[in-house]
Amino acid sequence: MLRIEYVYQLIAAFLLFSAYCNLRDRQLARATFWLLLGLLFAGGDFVLAQQKAGHLWPAQAAGCMVIALALLAPLLRRRSHPEGSSSSARLASASRLGHKLFMPALLIPLVTLLVALLGAHLAIGGMALFASRQMTLTGLALACVVALIATARVARAPLHQGLAEGRRLLDAIGWAALLPLLLAALGEVFTQSGVGSAIATLAGRLLPEGNAFLCLLLFALGMLLFTVIMGNAFAAFPVMMAGIGLPWLIQRYGATPAILGSMGMLCGYCGTLLTPMAADFNLVPAALLELRNPYGVIRAQAWSAIGIFIANFVILWLLVFR
Amino acid sequence: MNYWPLLGVAVIIIGFALRLNAVPVVVCAALVSGLLAGRPLPDVVALLGTSFASSRMLLLFVLTLPAVGLLEHAGLREHAQQWIGRLRGLTLARLLIAYLLLREGLAMLGLTGIAGAAQTVRPLLAPMSEAAAEKINPGLSDAERDELRAVAAATDNIGRFFGEDVFIALGAVLLIQGFYAQHGIDLTPLSIALWALPTAMVAFVIQSVRVWLFQRRLAHHAREG
Repeated sequence: MLRIEYVYQLIAAFLLFSAYCNLRDRQLARATFWLLLGLLFAGGDFVLAQQKAGHLWPAQAAGCMVIALALLAPLLRRRSHPEGSSSSARLASASRLGHKLFMPALLIPLVTLLVALLGAHLAIGGMALFASRQMTLTGLALACVVALIATARVARAPLHQGLAEGRRLLDAIGWAALLPLLLAALGEVFTQSGVGSAIATLAGRLLPEGNAFLCLLLFALGMLLFTVIMGNAFAAFPVMMAGIGLPWLIQRYGATPAILGSMGMLCGYCGTLLTPMAADFNLVPAALLELRNPYGVIRAQAWSAIGIFIANFVILWLLVFR
Repeated sequence: MNYWPLLGVAVIIIGFALRLNAVPVVVCAALVSGLLAGRPLPDVVALLGTSFASSRMLLLFVLTLPAVGLLEHAGLREHAQQWIGRLRGLTLARLLIAYLLLREGLAMLGLTGIAGAAQTVRPLLAPMSEAAAEKINPGLSDAERDELRAVAAATDNIGRFFGEDVFIALGAVLLIQGFYAQHGIDLTPLSIALWALPTAMVAFVIQSVRVWLFQRRLAHHAREG
């Protein structure tokens, strides 16, 4: 059965391979960085299992490794490797292969789609092929492997060249690759340290008495700002609902719960478009596309986010107190 | 109420404002918040370790890199650019709006993982957009090229976000339903998801208009020279 745990081992193998390549090139800081991250990925399931069993030391060791990664990150200069091939060689290859080049690129979304749609029904000898937990992500990992093999066949290149090209792109992304994980971990630490309830209490103190409109505005802005801080609307939603939405808007002013929940969440999504804390949507794409400004994607979507927020708030206000 | 953990938020804001390396800033903020909440240091370090281990799926995009890197080595970007260059009627705005429609539609069906910055924007959408933009202005400046790629990534994000909330079996709707169920209000997922539709349509219109305005600005710059 294909499980998400195997995917983590696959990622670990790729990270360790990148560490080895950098060691060979005498890039010590970079090699150590990918080595530590690879070990964290390989050992992550052990850490979680031991923690459930009540042993804290593996988790503490993992935490120390995360701190070591943080100390190493400033030493990694963003350095793009020289491209492995000249642009004239790529142009020649492009005209030779033509539309065949699209096939492996489209295989990534296509195989993922197939696993997402059919994965639950696939079985070999009565055993399900895919574990139901995180099936789409397992499908994406499988799709990447299939696409790599297909590319190697179409381009008549050896598989290890694909790994070398992948490592080149990984080095170009550098420490930005780590941010989504770290920010998710930070969100968890914030939640457990009571940052959320502190903000809800502060927002509650600002609450104007007897004015449903201002109360709704405070709720919407709170969802937006709290999402900007946490980088994730899912973290903001329960806090703002428990602090303002449920006791005031629903129970006092009679707001419709389905509308408040759905459109309140969307206020948070507008915040996600504005914040570097949502690194996987905003900072990683900027690194992947090799933009010189790491906040370039946020700048490009800021006015859309503000426009959508205002429109969403107006619709919410018109509908929610019917 | 203990307000001291809020200082962790201040660490983040100061760090991002001073443009320090984000990785140590985030780890620092986690340690500050945890310690000020009154937890002992070994506990905070362990919490950091387990939270990191449970969010490993966020690095999944690196698995696309070998295939994408090899395809680019074999000339994928160059081919995408040549192909778009030959299609007469395909303007930059039409390309991006069609992608937005597709992305939002797929997200509404719950298929968010099949597209994204690593899966589709870097190998396909960004080089195609560049080719479409070069039809407007063959001499794109580096700043315009950067902005163009950023607009492509933004279009991908917006399509995904505002389509996703309409799908009944995905995180957001289930989270909302679960919250209400805990507090004694029973709702069906469908009744929640339906109310995301108006904003999904508004988001589509707003982003389409902005893409169109961006194209017009590029054309304007091209004429000014």
